[in-house]
Amino acid sequence: MATEILAESSLTIGTHTLSSRLIVGTGKYANYELMGEALQRSGTDCITVAVRRERLIDAAGNNLLEFIDTQRYTLLPNTAGCFSAEDAVRVARLGREILVGIENPGADWVKLEVLSDTKTLLPDPIATLEATEKLVADGFQVLCYSTDDPVVARRLKEAGATSVMPAGSPIGSGQGVLNPNNIRICLEYLKEGDPDYPVIVDAGVGTASDVTIAMELGVDGVLLNTGIAHAKDPLKMADAMRHATEAGRLAYLSGRIPRKLYATASSPDEGVITSKPR
Amino acid sequence: MQLSVNGRERELPEGTTIAQLIEELALDPRSLAVECNLELVPRAQHAQTQLKEGDRVEVVTLVGGG
Repeated sequence: MATEILAESSLTIGTHTLSSRLIVGTGKYANYELMGEALQRSGTDCITVAVRRERLIDAAGNNLLEFIDTQRYTLLPNTAGCFSAEDAVRVARLGREILVGIENPGADWVKLEVLSDTKTLLPDPIATLEATEKLVADGFQVLCYSTDDPVVARRLKEAGATSVMPAGSPIGSGQGVLNPNNIRICLEYLKEGDPDYPVIVDAGVGTASDVTIAMELGVDGVLLNTGIAHAKDPLKMADAMRHATEAGRLAYLSGRIPRKLYATASSPDEGVITSKPR
Repeated sequence: MQLSVNGRERELPEGTTIAQLIEELALDPRSLAVECNLELVPRAQHAQTQLKEGDRVEVVTLVGGG
């Protein structure tokens, strides 16, 4: 039974099989040591990273790679900070080059993020589609950060995206899954005749229940960063997010009871020794 | 010759290769990638690729991100 649950908890995205359904970002932690411990506590084996100019982010010269075990984690490089398809393709190629250099299996995939403006950080669906086509043609497995629009999600899959990752709500907003019905329709469209197609809720998760709600909808995984990194206690929150992912997945697989307007007694009606009100 | 490295103007001797630039910057060549005039220069070509006057070079690595 235990092994059965374990098997169910693995997540396959393209050629990558991950033991955890939680993908965790490495940004915004108070320091890299705290990040390293939080990642460990979250149970993830896949972490996102960004591509930036050398020596500009950390004046002390600390390199992220000194704080993560690249044998243990599959890195998922993102194209965060890109506002055009051209820039996203450039950054994806640079990320791949670095991952090839450090011999990490994540070299062949990318979390594609093409944003529209700095205020909402909402994805630009048209530029995302254009970049997906280019990156797929260039041999990438493309995991597309997208809006929760089911039509856009379907177009991205048709363009060859390995996974579509609809946002629960804007990046870092902590609002959770704002439109579960759209996520449901995304799942229906993307998994039609292709039940193993991976759909991941990416962005907006604020706390454990947000993760569980996403997982209960039937998504295959959740990608989050700020929810852990900016929690008052990132280590405890990392634990919470791990449990929330597992709880949501198990609840989804278990099949929840339907919602009903009125009550249904849990104790038998037969044999009661008291009288009922009219 | 004058060129730009990560957005900053820099003076380098004529014929400097990308590999020499990385060495001068004291960076670990395995964990970085180099782009010259918006085109990726694969690691295998760093030693042969000579920079030119006015080139715009980007040297990037991985940082924390979501």
